[in-house]
Amino acid sequence: MTLSSDGLNKGTAAAHGLYNCHICGLLVRRPKIPASHVHCPRCGGRLHLRKPNSISRTWACVIAAMIFYIPANLLPVTVTTYLGRSQADTIMSGVIYFMKSGSWGIAGIIFVASIVVPIAKLMVLSGLMFSVQRRSRWRPLERAHLYRLTETIGRWSMLDVFVVTVLVALVRLGYLSTIEAGPGVVYFAAVVVLTMIAAMTFDPRLIWDALEKNDESITD
Amino acid sequence: MAMSQPLIACHDCDLLHQVKALPPKCTARCTRCGALLYVHAPDTLDRTLAIAITGLVLMLLANIYPFLSLESQGTILETTLITGVIILSQQSPLGLAILVLLTSMLVPCMFLFALLYTLGSMKIGKSLPARKRLFRIALTLRPWSMTEVFLLGILVSVVKLSKLASIIPGTALFAFLALVFVLAAINTTLDPHVIWEKMDP
Ligand SMILES: [Zn+2]
Ligand SMILES: [Zn+2]
Repeated sequence: MTLSSDGLNKGTAAAHGLYNCHICGLLVRRPKIPASHVHCPRCGGRLHLRKPNSISRTWACVIAAMIFYIPANLLPVTVTTYLGRSQADTIMSGVIYFMKSGSWGIAGIIFVASIVVPIAKLMVLSGLMFSVQRRSRWRPLERAHLYRLTETIGRWSMLDVFVVTVLVALVRLGYLSTIEAGPGVVYFAAVVVLTMIAAMTFDPRLIWDALEKNDESITD
Repeated sequence: MAMSQPLIACHDCDLLHQVKALPPKCTARCTRCGALLYVHAPDTLDRTLAIAITGLVLMLLANIYPFLSLESQGTILETTLITGVIILSQQSPLGLAILVLLTSMLVPCMFLFALLYTLGSMKIGKSLPARKRLFRIALTLRPWSMTEVFLLGILVSVVKLSKLASIIPGTALFAFLALVFVLAAINTTLDPHVIWEKMDP
């Protein structure tokens, strides 16, 4: 069900000089005298009209994640020792292993979670940042949907980190072989955490603010 | 300074909306960007409290009982939920083990405990100290709870090892599976707006 627009809901909270508390959703009127730290009277959270330094923080996380993504894919995530012989596996060779052994579903899941999702997320976030910095008015609804998608699916990239965790717990002490965590998984975990923080620091309201400008000049 | 709450601003685009009573099983979405505004969650306090207690019990069971066992050439290697984190801490930088510990166990645990503490204090009508802060922390931590991803990770690992050895699921695995469903159920029973309003009328 969708709420219909009434005469009462005109414009944004910011245009009415209201803070929307990001934790409890309370609308708080902006003080006349500007204060550096305004706290929510209900939950105590810090109040901002928009997330502070959203663009520079998100860029910092996105660029760091892009750099870490290279060693995450080149370095081994697991090192398997069997009868004295060691085999290092990267994320991609893990996918190929599942494909060769006929587990197409699992190969697909790992490929999407570890390779498609991080790249798509970095590309979408970069694109959103460019569009917001240029104050683009192009397809805001589609961009808002893209943002929410990256926010929802980002967590699933942790899959490979958890797979390594379960593997090192189960395959040790030389029963059949030993699996050890490789250095790649550390960089990969860093990529996942950084892209999640990037999605959190990006403020989707900036997408709509570019459209708001003209409306404000009409109503005010 | 604060306004009474007939209005709500969209979290994703800041557009103001009027709050209306929702029919059962309905959610209110933003008219401009489609983001979720609020949910219809009847008896949110009682239901969420019951679910949080269930979740904490399941978390306890998941840590007591054996998680997964690997049988190979007549020997059985038993692991618990925490084993992976311990082994990982020996092989990789400590930060990685801590990240796995946080996302798979500690954050869900803290989230459920904070819910129990906050909602429990409201239920018994006592204003326990720092309950607002704990509820705030619970809502902030929520995105870092990744039990469902961990469960998929277990599935993938079991498929990978199934050709080399037989994997025996333990009681803890079923408790953990139930925990994933319990944490998902909280999405439909918890309405933070109502809780905040009840805490501070
Ligand atoms: Zn607040
Ligand atoms: Zn909206």
